Amino acid sequence: MADVSLTSPISAPTGAALTTADGKPLKAALASAQARAKRRAFFLVLPLLLFVLITFIVPIGQMLHRSVHNNSFTEHRDFGTNERTPIMTNLGAWFDENPAGTEPDEAAYAALVADLRGLRELRAQGQVGTRINYDVSGTRSLFTKSARRAERLEPPFKEALLDVDEDWADPELWRAMRDASSPYTLNFYLAAVDLTRDETGAVVQVNENRRVYVTLFIRTLLLSALITGLCFLLGFPVAHLLATLPLRYSNLLMILVLLPFWTSLLVRTTSWIVLLQSQGVVNDTMVALGIIGDDGRVQMIYNQIGTIIAMTHILLPFMVLPLYSVMRPIDPSYVRAARSLGASSWTAFRRVYLPQTVPGIGAGSLLVFILAVGYYITPALVGGSSGQLISNLIAFHMQDSLNWSLAAALASLLLGGVLILYWLYDRLVGIDNLKLG
Amino acid sequence: MKKTLILTTALTGFAFAASAQEVTVMSWGGAYTKSQVEAYHKPFMAETGITVNSVDADNPATPIKAQVEAGNVTVDVADVEYSDAIRLCDEGLLEEIDHSMLPDAPDGTSPQDDFIEGALTDCAVANIVWSTVFAYNTENVTSAPDSIDDFFNLVDYPGKRGMRKSAKANLEMALMADGVPAAEVYDLLETDEGVDRAFAKLDTIKDEIVWWEAGAQPPQLLADGEVVMSTAYNGRIFNAAIGEGQPFEIVWDGQIMDFDLFVVPRGAPNKEEALQFIAFSTDTQRLADQASWISYGPARKSSGALVGKFMDGETDMAPHMPTAEANLENALVNNFEFWADRDTELSERFNAWLAQ
Repeated sequence: MADVSLTSPISAPTGAALTTADGKPLKAALASAQARAKRRAFFLVLPLLLFVLITFIVPIGQMLHRSVHNNSFTEHRDFGTNERTPIMTNLGAWFDENPAGTEPDEAAYAALVADLRGLRELRAQGQVGTRINYDVSGTRSLFTKSARRAERLEPPFKEALLDVDEDWADPELWRAMRDASSPYTLNFYLAAVDLTRDETGAVVQVNENRRVYVTLFIRTLLLSALITGLCFLLGFPVAHLLATLPLRYSNLLMILVLLPFWTSLLVRTTSWIVLLQSQGVVNDTMVALGIIGDDGRVQMIYNQIGTIIAMTHILLPFMVLPLYSVMRPIDPSYVRAARSLGASSWTAFRRVYLPQTVPGIGAGSLLVFILAVGYYITPALVGGSSGQLISNLIAFHMQDSLNWSLAAALASLLLGGVLILYWLYDRLVGIDNLKLG
Repeated sequence: MKKTLILTTALTGFAFAASAQEVTVMSWGGAYTKSQVEAYHKPFMAETGITVNSVDADNPATPIKAQVEAGNVTVDVADVEYSDAIRLCDEGLLEEIDHSMLPDAPDGTSPQDDFIEGALTDCAVANIVWSTVFAYNTENVTSAPDSIDDFFNLVDYPGKRGMRKSAKANLEMALMADGVPAAEVYDLLETDEGVDRAFAKLDTIKDEIVWWEAGAQPPQLLADGEVVMSTAYNGRIFNAAIGEGQPFEIVWDGQIMDFDLFVVPRGAPNKEEALQFIAFSTDTQRLADQASWISYGPARKSSGALVGKFMDGETDMAPHMPTAEANLENALVNNFEFWADRDTELSERFNAWLAQ
């Protein structure tokens, strides 16, 4: 502000504004100078902002969009030429003309047959069948089969189609086709919590032998909580030891914590397979020591136990490191003071030491829990069928069934769940009270 | 220093030149990929100078589908099962293949006549006939199982079972073990009762099953003693038993035969080279050559006569083929139409069953 000169005394009774040497009002000059500085600062964080936007915000937005949007019933994309063609237009028009609940008449079936012929030409019957199959299980084959024969069908089309397969008369199927003819739907969220719609559109539970997601969500949360608890029980003493030992010993121990942390996840997981399998090191040792008989080998892998053990081991450093960073600066004289004032060692620990480690416990638990909730590789390798988590089903829908909308809905629910837990944590402990390292 | 620079520049130039002439082939890994590398890739590279990149997947049909749908295809040729070849073709995910580009048999028979019936489809050319069988480790059983019933019999044959983590093949085997004749299996599976019955049969051994996903896993599980018996691809067991001397036996009762076919994903970056590779690999000699690396039957009739011995030079391949007379007594031919139509639905049911 050295270039600011006063053209009139501050106490000027006229009330004229202060201006700079070149006549601009001082206030404006200051604002523009600050704006420039702010812009410069903004350009410094711009790369990070763009990075976060492109790699984080946009994909999450896409995921949320995909969980409510699926146009595979209304649009076909040629994978070679990328040409987009509207499909199922005749039936779509019929749905527009007739309100929900109308019994499908001959005109509806004629529209359906015309659309099936179109599908056959575009090779789009698989895509449409797959889309309807998401809502009404067992209908994909209906579309592929009927499209194959659509060319040969003669009017009256209702009879002809029912002749191909009587399932075409199923009101639930028609309800599903009506739903799918608009690309926006909440049905994927229903499916993600084992719900579906019946022929009237009312929300009902899916058939018992298809219920899977709620069980898995609950299992995922329980197992993650258990693993977090185990990590805490195992990690707390280790972190305390690290924090109280003289530096040269604690550094050595620290390497033992960090070494597995640096080792590839796959290596650690497969090592657990070698250790825990029924002909593995642990079982062999127990047999050799006579603890169990040769035919009584314990199944410790390819089930929930395997998932718990391997994940606890893999996530342990995420608990130890924040705890350690919080414990290290705690002055031992506090506990000594408590002891000298008559507290028992337990009271001194509980009332003096433990409260000071809360930020570390919070950070470690939150880290471990959130990582565990989304864990995928370890349960896939060692989980068998009882140790699978919800992420494995998300992966299944991403890679195998390619029902990306359902995968997105499941992932969104998981994200929502974690955000709620984060909010709860903030209410209970306070997010300021979090120390990551 | 200057020398290094020249060398690097030369290498880079070479890499660029080579990148124009390459083809990426995706297969199933392990002994199977090795047999293809030996019988197809190496001679193809020697003859044409086109580099073949070999990549593996547990089931190539899955990454192919994801790649094409996402518009990011990196694979030029993929080796898939029959039902997947039909399904992917139906969904417009594959390039169509003109059969006239395939070479004739040495005696001049046209490829249409030379390939086994069904081995050529709009989008695919078969290379082998393989089979899902079950096998056991002779060191881990007290008496030898000899029928598909024994796989589901935990009383006489206690111990863990290995099974592929998919509905395909498992449901058929369950029904056959439940006393359904091979000829009626698919008719029954078309009905809800049939599917229920298959799952009920699987329920009886569910707690004892170790699930595998990659074809290389069953020999490993058997060798480790982790399972007493396991379903497996017959060639993998053969290679572990004959090639590596593992004490494995195959039970052919209840085997399920299938083709493996070469397909070109829609939008493959090197389509021309891909077709060239397929034509080269599925000629009479190449198919016969592959059979000397793994016990899968060639898809051309004219290759049959040329199949001789295993690479060890002593084992006769013929009795180890899925198509050998003795192995066909209670065999099921995989119904590709059934699985092309029903795979999605049954996989869904299978996953729910698995998690329950």
